[in-house]
Amino acid sequence: MALLEVSDLHVSFKTSDGIVQAVRGVSFQVEAGQTLGIVGESGSGKSVSTQTIMGLTRGARISGQALFEGKDLLTMGRQEMQKVRGAKVGMIFQDPLSSLHPYYRVGWQIVEMIRQHDKETSKAQAKARAVELLTLVGIPQPDRRVNDFPHQFSGGMRQRAMIAMAMALNPKMLIADEPTTALDVTVQAQVLRVIRNLQERFGTAVVLITHDLGVIADVADQVVVMYAGGVMEQADLRTIFFANHHPYTEGLLQSLPAYGGERKRLQPIPGQPPSLISLPPGCPFSPRCRYVMDRCRTEQPPLAPVGGDVTHLSACWLPHDVAARDELRRRITGQTLPAPAGS
Amino acid sequence: MNTDISAERPAPPAGGDVLLRVENLVKYFPVQSAQLFSRQKDVVHAVDGVSLEVRRGQTLGLVGETGCGKSTLARCIMRLYDVTSGRITFDGNDITKLSARQMRPYRREIQMIFQDPYGSLNPRRRVGSIIGDPFAIHRTASGQERKRLVQEAMELVGLNPEHYNRFPAEFSGGQRQRIGVARALAFRPKLVVCDEPVSALDVSIQAQIINLLADLQSELGLTYIFIAHDLSVVRHVSTSVAVMYLGQITELAPVDQLWDHPRHPYTDALLSAVPVPDPDKSAQRERIILVGDVPSPISPPSGCRFHPRCPKAAPVCVDDRPVLEPHLGDDSEHLAACHFPVEDGEDISKARPTIAAEHRVTETGVVSGS
Repeated sequence: MALLEVSDLHVSFKTSDGIVQAVRGVSFQVEAGQTLGIVGESGSGKSVSTQTIMGLTRGARISGQALFEGKDLLTMGRQEMQKVRGAKVGMIFQDPLSSLHPYYRVGWQIVEMIRQHDKETSKAQAKARAVELLTLVGIPQPDRRVNDFPHQFSGGMRQRAMIAMAMALNPKMLIADEPTTALDVTVQAQVLRVIRNLQERFGTAVVLITHDLGVIADVADQVVVMYAGGVMEQADLRTIFFANHHPYTEGLLQSLPAYGGERKRLQPIPGQPPSLISLPPGCPFSPRCRYVMDRCRTEQPPLAPVGGDVTHLSACWLPHDVAARDELRRRITGQTLPAPAGS
Repeated sequence: MNTDISAERPAPPAGGDVLLRVENLVKYFPVQSAQLFSRQKDVVHAVDGVSLEVRRGQTLGLVGETGCGKSTLARCIMRLYDVTSGRITFDGNDITKLSARQMRPYRREIQMIFQDPYGSLNPRRRVGSIIGDPFAIHRTASGQERKRLVQEAMELVGLNPEHYNRFPAEFSGGQRQRIGVARALAFRPKLVVCDEPVSALDVSIQAQIINLLADLQSELGLTYIFIAHDLSVVRHVSTSVAVMYLGQITELAPVDQLWDHPRHPYTDALLSAVPVPDPDKSAQRERIILVGDVPSPISPPSGCRFHPRCPKAAPVCVDDRPVLEPHLGDDSEHLAACHFPVEDGEDISKARPTIAAEHRVTETGVVSGS
């Protein structure tokens, strides 16, 4: 059984403009010790999904199931949820400065976190553990820095401190929501290495949410590609990059500048993501898809296995047999050229 | 717009004349000293002795991490800041000390595109009036004439000219960035400073804007200074690239030379830290993971400013500031400021600094352990 099993998660918010359908029927699993990368653009529902699972979306209409070690997180009471959050699932966010309390010393915040969940631990023990954790994430002079305030830390060090805090109680799973987006590349490389090393050492499962396919390629084992609140494609890392099925995944990868070799003109995905208030009927990607067929505009495709492989799922009406798909794609693009970029 | 997606980018005109020359540019910002009652004024060494040239029709990429001075340099070139010392020559004219009034004719020729497509457009004004601002400020066109020019600019950047009367809120992020581009290009400037123009956009939209900027460059013969922290974007758009660290240029080279033969250890580390969207290449690559963070620009390190984090640092790096010059048989276009330039194929992740411990930054735990 998977460590976390999310099935058919729906989240919507009522706003003055209408109902925002942020997440629409998302399902995925996280296996123990593995890294699941969730990739998608702004508004794809990648953050809302995980925040909802952790009980952090207030005022939302939620349905579905999220089984963590067999217990449904969505129906859990507040007290029970608090025991899971922090102790069994650690979380780190994009902006470490707003996640740390500016008024309290970093060490104190870690101590508080440990003692909140385990009243038996003495303050001195907890503080020793805090120093140990800061050492683990690579903060220089941890015995001194433990008494610093968050503003005395640099951006990279704050994110390390957040990771230290998230790992304080040896959680089974770590949710990292755009953990390196606010950091410079050299610091990003440091922080990703910290996450990876901790995972190897403690066997923690990691859910990494990012918009950066480079980060995904670096750390993920399994990948979920989200668009407009739904899962478009799901597979292991290499399949997503080298044998993807969904036109959105293909489009995302093609719109990136090449890292090496020839500099070709980029191939953007034309148009822009739909509004989550008035989604098009059928496939949400159909207005931007270069292989769009009549059926795509009326019926939403289900997430189904590609070529009989149950670990590779794609929500697309193109044939799930690869040879037949390629043939049909050739026919479609031969007849109609992709729409001009950006109009 | 060009819809042929297989079309190659046209080669930039080689060896155009120098449009912009920056010589020994220095910009310090005074700050309140941390010590109470201290008479001594601290300064942020934002840009400290930068020299570079931009040729007509080409793109100079400016890369570096937060606080390296790349945006300050751009704003000095735009004359949005008064420079502390040094010289800026634009199209043969020294513009370093011009007053706001004297500067006005040049403002038409040097324009800027900003990072934030939300913050850089006034939400209460209609798009037509925002793009028409340059014409209003310079009093070159009004009424129907202005409207015609604005609609022309909108068409140029791929916006529907009929949306002239809409508000910025009615446009998506990518379209807003097109509005910013239209405003910058309304006067057909010679030089466009793009300060992180695609950083706030999603990947699929980012590619649209990069293609737009490339099309406009070949169509209008524009010269760009392109600032970005995303190195693969910079590689894609630039003719040559300047790498900055703590207010100084550490390396300056034609783009392919920089990527294939990085000479400065900082460039090498920076390039190796970029996450590559390819699992195979990502696994193969030797990562150079730097220790620590960028030091404060208020009291930058002596000698080579990179020495506290440099894996190749030696005592001379602490004492002497290296000069920006060609190394290891590179041609005169490829300059690096380093005492121990990286050789082709050298793996600096295995190098160990030979400077005293007090000059180095160190780390602990799982980071240094692997």
